[in-house]
Amino acid sequence: MPEPELPSASRRGFIKGVIAAGAVASSSAYLFRSTSLLGQPSAPGAVERLITLNVNGQDRRVDVMPQETLAMTIRYKLGLTGTKIGCDRAECGACTVLIDDVPHYSCSFLTQRARGRKIVTIEGLADPATGKLSAVQQGVVDEQGFQCAFCMPGFVMAATGYLKTNSNPSRQELAHGISGNLCRCQDYDKILTAMMRGAEYMRKG
Amino acid sequence: MAALKLVGRNYTTPDLVAKVTGQAKYAEDFRVDGMLFARLLLSPMPHARVKKLNLSAALAMPGVKAIITADDIPAPAATVTDLGQTIQANMKGERALTSEPMYQGEPILAVAAVDELTAIEAIEKIEIDWEPLPFSVDPIDSLRPGRPTARLEGNVWVRPPAKPGTPPPPPEVQNLKWTEEELADARDGRLPMGKVPDQWTYGDLDAGFKNAALVLDETFVTPNTSHQTLESRTAMAYWQNGKLFLHCSTQSTVQTVASVARWLHMDPNDVVIISQYTGGGFGSKATGTHTSIIPALLAKKANRPVMMRISREEEHYIGGARPSLHGRMKVGFAKDGQITAIDMFVVGENGPYEPQGDTAQSGRIVSLLYQPQAMRWRGVSVLTNTPPRRAQSQPGGLQGIMLMEPLLSKAARKLALDQVAIRRMNAPEGKAQFGPASPQGTRAHATSSFMKQALDRGRDLFKWDERKAASGKRQGAKVRGVGVAMSTFVAGSVGFDGLFVIKPDGRLYIQSGIGNLGTESVSDVHRVSAEMVGVPWEKCELTWGHTGRNLPWSCVSGGSQTTHAHTRAAHAAATDAIKKLQQIAAKDLGGRPEDYEVANERVFRKGGGAGITLAQAAKRAIELGGIFDGHELPKEINAFTKRSATALAGQGLMGVARDSYKHDGATHSFVAGFAEVEVDVETGKYQIVDYLAVADVGTVVHPNALGGQVLGRSMLGIGHAIGQKWVYDQHYGVPLAKRFHYNKPPTILDAPRKMAWEALDIPDPETPVGARGIGEPPVAAGCCAILNALADALGDEIFRRAPVMTDEILTALETGRPTQDPLTAHV
Repeated sequence: MPEPELPSASRRGFIKGVIAAGAVASSSAYLFRSTSLLGQPSAPGAVERLITLNVNGQDRRVDVMPQETLAMTIRYKLGLTGTKIGCDRAECGACTVLIDDVPHYSCSFLTQRARGRKIVTIEGLADPATGKLSAVQQGVVDEQGFQCAFCMPGFVMAATGYLKTNSNPSRQELAHGISGNLCRCQDYDKILTAMMRGAEYMRKG
Repeated sequence: MAALKLVGRNYTTPDLVAKVTGQAKYAEDFRVDGMLFARLLLSPMPHARVKKLNLSAALAMPGVKAIITADDIPAPAATVTDLGQTIQANMKGERALTSEPMYQGEPILAVAAVDELTAIEAIEKIEIDWEPLPFSVDPIDSLRPGRPTARLEGNVWVRPPAKPGTPPPPPEVQNLKWTEEELADARDGRLPMGKVPDQWTYGDLDAGFKNAALVLDETFVTPNTSHQTLESRTAMAYWQNGKLFLHCSTQSTVQTVASVARWLHMDPNDVVIISQYTGGGFGSKATGTHTSIIPALLAKKANRPVMMRISREEEHYIGGARPSLHGRMKVGFAKDGQITAIDMFVVGENGPYEPQGDTAQSGRIVSLLYQPQAMRWRGVSVLTNTPPRRAQSQPGGLQGIMLMEPLLSKAARKLALDQVAIRRMNAPEGKAQFGPASPQGTRAHATSSFMKQALDRGRDLFKWDERKAASGKRQGAKVRGVGVAMSTFVAGSVGFDGLFVIKPDGRLYIQSGIGNLGTESVSDVHRVSAEMVGVPWEKCELTWGHTGRNLPWSCVSGGSQTTHAHTRAAHAAATDAIKKLQQIAAKDLGGRPEDYEVANERVFRKGGGAGITLAQAAKRAIELGGIFDGHELPKEINAFTKRSATALAGQGLMGVARDSYKHDGATHSFVAGFAEVEVDVETGKYQIVDYLAVADVGTVVHPNALGGQVLGRSMLGIGHAIGQKWVYDQHYGVPLAKRFHYNKPPTILDAPRKMAWEALDIPDPETPVGARGIGEPPVAAGCCAILNALADALGDEIFRRAPVMTDEILTALETGRPTQDPLTAHV
């Protein structure tokens, strides 16, 4: 896939932007930035651009900066706080979302690259009309999977993505499929049991 | 209790669907109008003083709304305990911000701005003149004559003796130095044993060693490990009508009120804590986090809500870690494996602040778990300029057991004894005694211990005898080994309150002050109340996570207290409600209260006959008022509960009581861990093939949650065996392994290929429901079962510290001896 052209962002500005992980922009009413900054951008390169993102089946118009990560856009501009930021550096997977059915760490994915692609977050898994949980979600509920659950959205998205490529995995295969996700409660055995149950539900339809 | 419908059964916890759909809100998920963002400026040096601070350029930026420094942080205030005792503040303790940082990464100041980018930009404009100060990151080095200490005044905490009848005075920092002669052992990697401030002893140590058939003297060093909760200690604060609303991450909803009030010098009635979901604690968020007052102070100054997100790197610095213990154990064994004497010496890495209890706790736990006939413990916790230490799952217990278990395995091999048998012989039983005698001459004892039964059960389930036969035999480059380890830790406190209301709609409204870390004790324990008053779980409504919503006084979800403490409190509250229901029935239907029983949502005459529904009784309770609907409250409940119960009065029949059940002994739980590993001797890589934990935790309340704790905490321990540790740069005094990527908490691929757990389900006799806690004891069982399995596969001369990495295995196999010096494990 060709890299979309980014508006000029100095390396320093970019790095700082990633460190701040997305200074929240004028589109978020609770920040009143346009008034307090008198219309000035807060940092070099912080020029916003209005784009359309397809998230959980809906087109959402949103102002994003060139260095803004998808995790920050999802959480702070679209209000979908189910996606968690655990490390902000592609180490833990708590921010995993599906982009065109493939699990991605949204903390390390620039929002502007997600234009024209289908993004699914944890909020988009259950049936919007009936509230019926997805197969993997139901597996978690039935096995009381996870403890503190801060990692849960990431694991559920990773498993959902993996099962699209292999619907009948062994425990070992599924463990590999979700090994990019870290659980600090270390509840791995129960997580894997819950995900295997989810796989079973998925196969049954 | 009669046949149980709820206790001991699985169910869907009330928080689970919110978690799995992304609706559960953790601290960083809240948004408030006008919310500012805060960033921290961290110390670049391990020990320094701020000489000059120039904030003017930062303050001149249009988006910057407030800056606070150490001067804005209230001085440490005295603590008034639940019993009214005043404990003087340690003026040298940790504060939210400082102008004399004691470790690299310590917060110096905080900026609130319209967004994080602006706050970072402002921080770059701040000018600071630093005065670098001497530092120490190695406790042994700090004890050498002439070498720098972590604080200018010294390197150890010493507590001056308390005057009789008064609370203990705050500890003081003193300078402890050992002589070159005392330090000589360090040259060949043995822990030197100089003078230490603390020690205790019982039994005849000399006779114990004299009568021993085998005496081992081993040095072992345990790792420093970050808690690194997946949710960092982010907090968001705002003020309304003089009250502080703090969204934070904590292991106790109700007990965080008092600590935040103390840190801010406020009336606790003006502090509201909101924390329905906490993304992990492991001891590091016990009564909240001291840095959570930073957004509160910024919000006050800026008169706007403030969100302070804590990054992963910041969490490494301020989030806390388990202290490493450097230990030397001299242990005597009789021919049959009986431990005749233990002489235990430990040096703890304290970090720069509050004295850590791990060193002292390690001795008590070793004494309980191995029941030596005679024992001496000596220890010191040495101050270092490294990130602060905090209690972590099984604090001190894990380290003590880690010092002991590999040595015990070695002894069994030397004496040609079975590993399970030598543990069974020394294991505690029943009301086993431990620790030194009190001044009155009595020793502490456990409420109950079924450690031997746990070992027996595990031996059968794991097919130990079968697997043992193949252990240590090489097949090509692969060799398998089996290991067993024992573990114990405190597992319950007493004296907390239960509170619920049965309303005229017939539903049971339960108030829970317990923090929600995902162990599910926040709801599990209340199933005891529902069970006793005969209300189906579907008709129970649980309120938790918000101190503005009338919660009772509850324990911290730490130290494995909650299941024990709050099944007791729930039992007490239900007993109170049943008494009231019986009285109402007797008033309305005649007879004596004791003629009535409560079950199936009714109170009715024993053996059948007249009765009323709980819904009707709730209505009657409101009419009767007084004790029945909470207008009159029991005297002994905590003031916190009293306020909550008063607010709930008049809504139905109230069950409210303090746990004052008798309790003989110190509650401990026990775990036996069994592991099999497969090592590739050509690469040094190993895989855990199988792991089994058998838990003695009293009555099982919620099997799925218990299983998660037993195996999850075992994995936390396994991390200490296979990969987690800290490393410092000695020259600059800075930590190097700061992120997940470097300090390597276990991933799902590190987990044993097969894991299983089992609970004995034998009730503890000293608590009405029979249930004890489980958070801590699996940790050492997991860690040490792996270490012992590795030694069984490879021999005793491989490692003298943990974690055990591939390089250590390869070099030790090559040379036939452990090549890595335990005392330089972290430097």
